Amino acid sequence: MIFRNWRFVILLVLIGISGLPGTSAIAMDVDPPLADPAQQEVYERLIHEVRCLVCQNQTIADSSAPLAADLRKEVRELAAAGRSGDEIKTFLLDRYGDFVLYRPRFTLETAFLWLAPGLLLLAGGLALGRIVRRRAALPVPPEDPVDDPPIV
Amino acid sequence: MFVLLVSVFFVGLDRDPSFVPSPLIGKPAPEFSLPRLDDPQQTLSRQDLLGKTSLVNVWGTWCVGCRQEHETLLVLARDAGVRILGINWKDDSDSAREWLRTLGNPYAAVGVDQDGRVAINWGVYGAPETFLVGPDGTILYKHIAPMTLQVWEQEFLPRINAIQSSQTSTRQPSAAVSQ
Repeated sequence: MIFRNWRFVILLVLIGISGLPGTSAIAMDVDPPLADPAQQEVYERLIHEVRCLVCQNQTIADSSAPLAADLRKEVRELAAAGRSGDEIKTFLLDRYGDFVLYRPRFTLETAFLWLAPGLLLLAGGLALGRIVRRRAALPVPPEDPVDDPPIV
Repeated sequence: MFVLLVSVFFVGLDRDPSFVPSPLIGKPAPEFSLPRLDDPQQTLSRQDLLGKTSLVNVWGTWCVGCRQEHETLLVLARDAGVRILGINWKDDSDSAREWLRTLGNPYAAVGVDQDGRVAINWGVYGAPETFLVGPDGTILYKHIAPMTLQVWEQEFLPRINAIQSSQTSTRQPSAAVSQ
């Protein structure tokens, strides 16, 4: 009995630990923040919007891949040189294409990506409407009293 | 609707999700200037790409795919007379020189990109990558993965022949490599 409880306590501790925020998701750069807070803000915002192309499902802020570190450095230096967020995005888009941004631009190529959810919702709504109208037009079947015996 | 979804997913099965199309294709190759691996006093720059169709191969001794494709690069350089320029990406120069000494050197010249800045300008995200650059310095194609003779014949040769036939020069189209 005691042994069982003991295991239970360990389980609880492990569950508790698993909920703690990990430190692995923090970029490992040790550079001090940029002198201009506005530039630091541009840098921090962008590294959370740029995809690491080596590990594809991480932002460059989260990734420890060498390319992500290089891209963070590049973004940092561009920000420090006073470039705006849009200018830095254009810099990256020119080199890596739309895929580099987690929120891609709206262009002819990405139009389907952006519009598909709305179009699918619309198509689903129309289909639903048609089914409902068709069913509403059906004659109501006579009620079958055997189906629902009264509860005493 | 179901059939549509199935066909969409079926096409998706065959595609490589890690493939990222390069926006640089059809654009002029980015400017760069790198110290050369064999002699850091000299530089390899965009200027060296001009005048002749070249391959620009991004490699490193840490890269397994680069080891795989090395033999192919040697064959292309030796038997097909292809000019291959190397960008040694985030590598240790001593190891890189040792690699070329022991495995053979397919490169007309290698530039050392220690901090990876040139690679970023070229939109490189994983070695090996091989660019096809026309004589006017335009990027015509990029292959991301180890180079093979099959890729060379299917993707590179037709593009090289296309630019050579569009020019009025009398140069012979590059012959296919047979192995």
